[in-house]
Order: sequence, then C-alpha cells, then structure tokens
Amino acid sequence: MAVVFQRPKSLLDVPTHYCPGCTHGIIHRLICEVIDEMGIEGDTIGVCPVGCSVMAYDYFGCDMIEAPHGRAPAVATGVKRTNPDKFVFTYQGDGDLAAIGTAETVHSATRGENIVVIFVNNTTYGMTGGQMAPTTLPGQVTQTTPFGRDPKVQGYPIRVCEMLSTLDGVALAQRVAVDSVPHIREAKKAIRKAFENQRDKKGFSIVEVLSTCPTNWGLSPVEALERLRKDMIPYYPLGVYKDKGDGKND
Amino acid sequence: MVLERNLMKGNEALAEAAIRAGCRGFFGYPITPQTELSAYMAKKMAKAGGVFLQAESEIAAINMVLGAAASGVRAMTSSSSPGVSLKAEGISYMAGSDLPCVIINVQRGGPGLGGIQPSQADYWQATRAMGHGDFHILVYAPCSVQEMVDMVSKAFDTADKYRMPAMILADGLLGQMMEPVTFPEIKAKQPEKPWAANGHGGKRNHNIINSLYLKPEVLQKSVLERFERYEKVKMEESDAESYLADDAEIVVVAYGATARVAKSAVNSARAAGIKAGLLRPKTLWPFPEKQLKEACKNAKAVLCVEMSMGQMVDDVKLALSCSKPVHFFGRTGGVVPKPSEILEEIKKIGGAR
Amino acid sequence: MAKMTVDFERCKGCGLCITACPKKIVELQKEKRNAKGYFTARCVDDGACISCAMCAVMCPDCAIVVTK
Repeated sequence: MAVVFQRPKSLLDVPTHYCPGCTHGIIHRLICEVIDEMGIEGDTIGVCPVGCSVMAYDYFGCDMIEAPHGRAPAVATGVKRTNPDKFVFTYQGDGDLAAIGTAETVHSATRGENIVVIFVNNTTYGMTGGQMAPTTLPGQVTQTTPFGRDPKVQGYPIRVCEMLSTLDGVALAQRVAVDSVPHIREAKKAIRKAFENQRDKKGFSIVEVLSTCPTNWGLSPVEALERLRKDMIPYYPLGVYKDKGDGKND
Repeated sequence: MVLERNLMKGNEALAEAAIRAGCRGFFGYPITPQTELSAYMAKKMAKAGGVFLQAESEIAAINMVLGAAASGVRAMTSSSSPGVSLKAEGISYMAGSDLPCVIINVQRGGPGLGGIQPSQADYWQATRAMGHGDFHILVYAPCSVQEMVDMVSKAFDTADKYRMPAMILADGLLGQMMEPVTFPEIKAKQPEKPWAANGHGGKRNHNIINSLYLKPEVLQKSVLERFERYEKVKMEESDAESYLADDAEIVVVAYGATARVAKSAVNSARAAGIKAGLLRPKTLWPFPEKQLKEACKNAKAVLCVEMSMGQMVDDVKLALSCSKPVHFFGRTGGVVPKPSEILEEIKKIGGAR
Repeated sequence: MAKMTVDFERCKGCGLCITACPKKIVELQKEKRNAKGYFTARCVDDGACISCAMCAVMCPDCAIVVTK
C-alpha cells in the first residue's frame, strides 16, 4: 500500500487557527511541498505578516520571523542581504502587502531583492473582521464599505502583479488561484519557479494567490470558491505578468 | 601595538567604530545631521564584508535591521530625531522580540521637522517611550568623538548580552565635530546566538523570532521576564563621569555636548570660588542614580542643564527623591547654551559670593 | 481498505474535498462531531476511489491521507 498524498514534512503537524474552508492552509502546504521537494527547509527563513497568517510561524518547520505590519519585505531584505545563501520568503495578505506595506513591497521589488513573496489576495482584512482592503472589489460589501465599495469614494482596487511587472527588478510576477485542483497545481508550479529564481539569483519573485475568506465574505466555503471564480478572476486575471526566465520580457 | 590616531568627524567615527565592532548590516536613510555616517558606510562596509543598503524609508531601514538582527548578524541604523520617530515601531518590535541592535540618533531640534541644529529634546523618547508597550532600550550618551567610538562597541556588546536594542543618543554638535580618535583593538568575541533565525540546517528545532502573545498571562510573563533582565541592566550597566563633585555644593548635571559646556562653566565657577561639580551621565537608560546620589552627597543644590525644555531633569529629581532643590537651565531649538550662561545660573543658585 | 483517510480531529468540515472528488464519493458524515464541533468528511465508497488525491489537494487542513 503506497501513500499517494500526505502532509509535507516541513508543514508542522499541528492544527491551524484558520476558519473552515480558508485557503491559507492550501497555500501553506504548497510552499512546504516546494521546500521539501527542493530539500531546503534547513536553509529557509520565512517572514510572516500581520493579518490572519500572523501565526504562520507555528506552522512552517523552517526558521520564522514575525514582521511588523507591512514590513515583511524589509525584514526579508535584512535577512537575505546578510545571509545571501539562504532562502527567504515572505507570506503576506492584501492589507499587509498592498496598503500599509506598499512602499516596502515596491522598493524590495525594484531593488530586485532576491526573495520570494507569497501574496495572498482575498479582498479583505480577515483578522480584524472583514474591512475594506486595497484589493476589495468595486461594489463589495465590507465592514467599512457597508454600502459596497464605491470607486468614486474609496478609489479602485490595486492590481499588484500588473503594477510590479513594470519594475526591472522583478523576475517573476504571476497570479494564480487555489479554487480548484488544476489551479492549485498551477499555483504550486509558480511557487516552485519563484523559489528556483531565488536559488538562481534572478531577483524578486512574487506569486499572487487569489484566495477566499468565507467567514468575512459571509459565504460557505464552497460558495466562497464560486465567488473567487465568478468575481475575482475577471478583475484579477490569472497569468504570468513578468517572467525574466521566459525570454519574452527580460 | 601602537594605536593609530585619526582626526575624524563624529558621524564618520561612529561608522568606523561600528564596522570594527563587527557590524555587518547597516541600513539607513538620509537625514541631516547624520548623513556622513551613511556615506562612510557606503564606502567602507562592503570592504569589511558587510552590507550597506540605503532603504526607502526609516521604517524600512529599522525593519531591515530587524531582519539582519533576527538572523544573528550585528546590525545598525542611524538617523536624526524625525527619522527616529519613524523607527519607533520597529524598535518596539525588536524589544518585544528580544533582538539586539544599535540605533544612532544624532539629535536635531524638534518637534516636527524642527531644525537641523543640535538638540537633546529626544531624551524622553529614548528613555521613556521609544515605541508602544512596556520596554526599555539601552541609551548611551557620548560627549566626544572618542567616546562615540568607545560607546559603539560597548553598545553592541551590551545589546547582545541582554538581547535588547541599544541607542547612541548623540547630537548634531558631536556628529559634525572633528576630533582626534583612536580605535581600540576589539578583543571580545561575539557571543553565540543559538536563538537566531538563520536556517536550522536540520540540526535543531525551528527558531521563531516573534513579539506576539495572544494570551494575556503569557504576554505578561514575557514582559516580566524582560523586566527582570532590566533590573540586572540597572545594577550593572549604569555609568557616569563625576567631575569635582566630592566637595561640590552645587552639582551640575548634563550629558553629551552640553556636558562639555557645563564643564567649562564648572571650572569658571571654581575659579570664582564656588564649589561646583559636574555629574555627566554616560548612560541615560539605565540612569546613573547611584552615581548621581554619590556626586550630590555634599550638594546644597543641583542644576540640570540640557538642550531641551527639561527632560532629563525628571530623572534627576526622581533619583534624588526631591531631597535637594533641583534647578533647570535649558536652551532649545538648536541653540547651544554658553558657558557664561551656565555660570550665571550656578552663581544665582549658589548665591553670589 | 480505505484509500482516503480523514484525520477526524483535524477536519473542519468545510466540504472543499467534496467539490474536488471526481467520483462524487466524499460526504460530510452527520453522526459524530469532533472536539471542535465539526461533522467531518469521509469516503462513502472505498471501492470506487481511484486514489487521485484531489480531495487531499483541495483540503486546507492537510487532514487527508490518500493511499493506493
């Protein structure tokens, strides 16, 4: 009897605090699968954000640092620059990466910091109870947009991969989703490529993962996946926005 | 071995001292009057095998320090008053994560954008409220370029020893001043850092650098543990220079560049027959309470002189438990007090003889 | 022999595995709640399971082990 699927070793065998159906768990696992496959757990340092994944340090088996809100790319820069042979990744939500940490994100990207940024976009601030995020869709109801996000009042959502793809320091900017098995497999490939870029010293790699927040969206986990497909993917199209390795836009 | 004597600007001496103390990560952002420090690091750090990086902001700079320090590397940032305010968040996180580092504050006048001339108006910030939460940082107050050099390596060592951030609280006068310095040979080995997040290599459990504790009892325990360490720091690390204080009836208390001016005033007072002395705190946190009490044992009055509206004077009063009258003389906004002004104050307090 | 094994205490009953199963043989059992109060997933027809592990790939809680 052969085991065809089990927990990756670098994902610690502990229950997570995430809500039922929250896709953080899938993304954690994909990162750990890549870490295991590349055999780099002992050489990897992860940087957690402030947000729902603030306690990710309890789940990843590699060394972990919990950064101030939005500052994970700066913290990662400090680790990577002084430990250039180690693998460093950040794990950040939309508020962390695209609101309070916009400067850190843009500047680590344009410096071409040789780090991996996993950007979990679920269009809301989950940890604080579902307020408007920089990626909240037009019309989306949140605690702080009770009548729906009105671009005339609250402005428009930020498309992070598109924005960062204009920067020369970026090696990879790819948007993936974790709403279905084929998409999850694509997501893992992108994460793998990001870590390989770091190994090959190509520079800044960001993988944006469209994710769900059933609790704050007020949907069941299955309905949340449907919303991701129906509302999010059209606004945030999946795909590769920049890939220095593909020879097209080096 | 003959130690080389160099004529150096304070800011550059701080940078050179840091490199010699084993600092291998410097992350800064330009601000007057400390910019020469970054410029020096930009020239010299790579040659020493370290990292110099100009960050996009003070906030990013302190968080780069956080990352480097978390991985066990000696790291430093430098700034001046408004920039240090921006670093407050990161410093609080570092204190809460028990991370050592060195922060240089070459103070300028405030509040707000203030001015670019020397000031000591960040005393409260440095010793009381360098960010949110219950914590302290070590605060060193040099009064010469040589002392800046000596205190940088002391700050790194002590920060490592107690796993806490340390600050060199200088001012624009010291930063811009040129004086001869010698760089002492560094003999002490850097301590092992088994707690560092630098890759476990499959040889140990994963290390976590973190300041989040959601259970109140657990957070309280971690703060209490830190404050036990602070008690030890208070016992062992406070430092001050006492000058002509033994028989002094009037003790002037001043630190940093102000102490140099105050020393002149004390000398003039002695020449005029007034028994004046000086107590110069070299550490501001921990505040040298014992040394102050000892220096004031024969004092009838105490005069605190600062380039601020009166901040350290609080600590002087607290240390003396209001047992002596404590007077204050200050200049602010970048105005440096004159020896003659301080002498006048001494005379006023002592009564003209 | 079971090919899909669900960790009873780890499963949060979110049901994402049900949507992923190509054989439509995964369901939430309604008999017993785990310590967290969730009805957990299970395979209702081991014989029909093709060990594709799509349920496990979709599971956010790494609560599923699949064997062949």
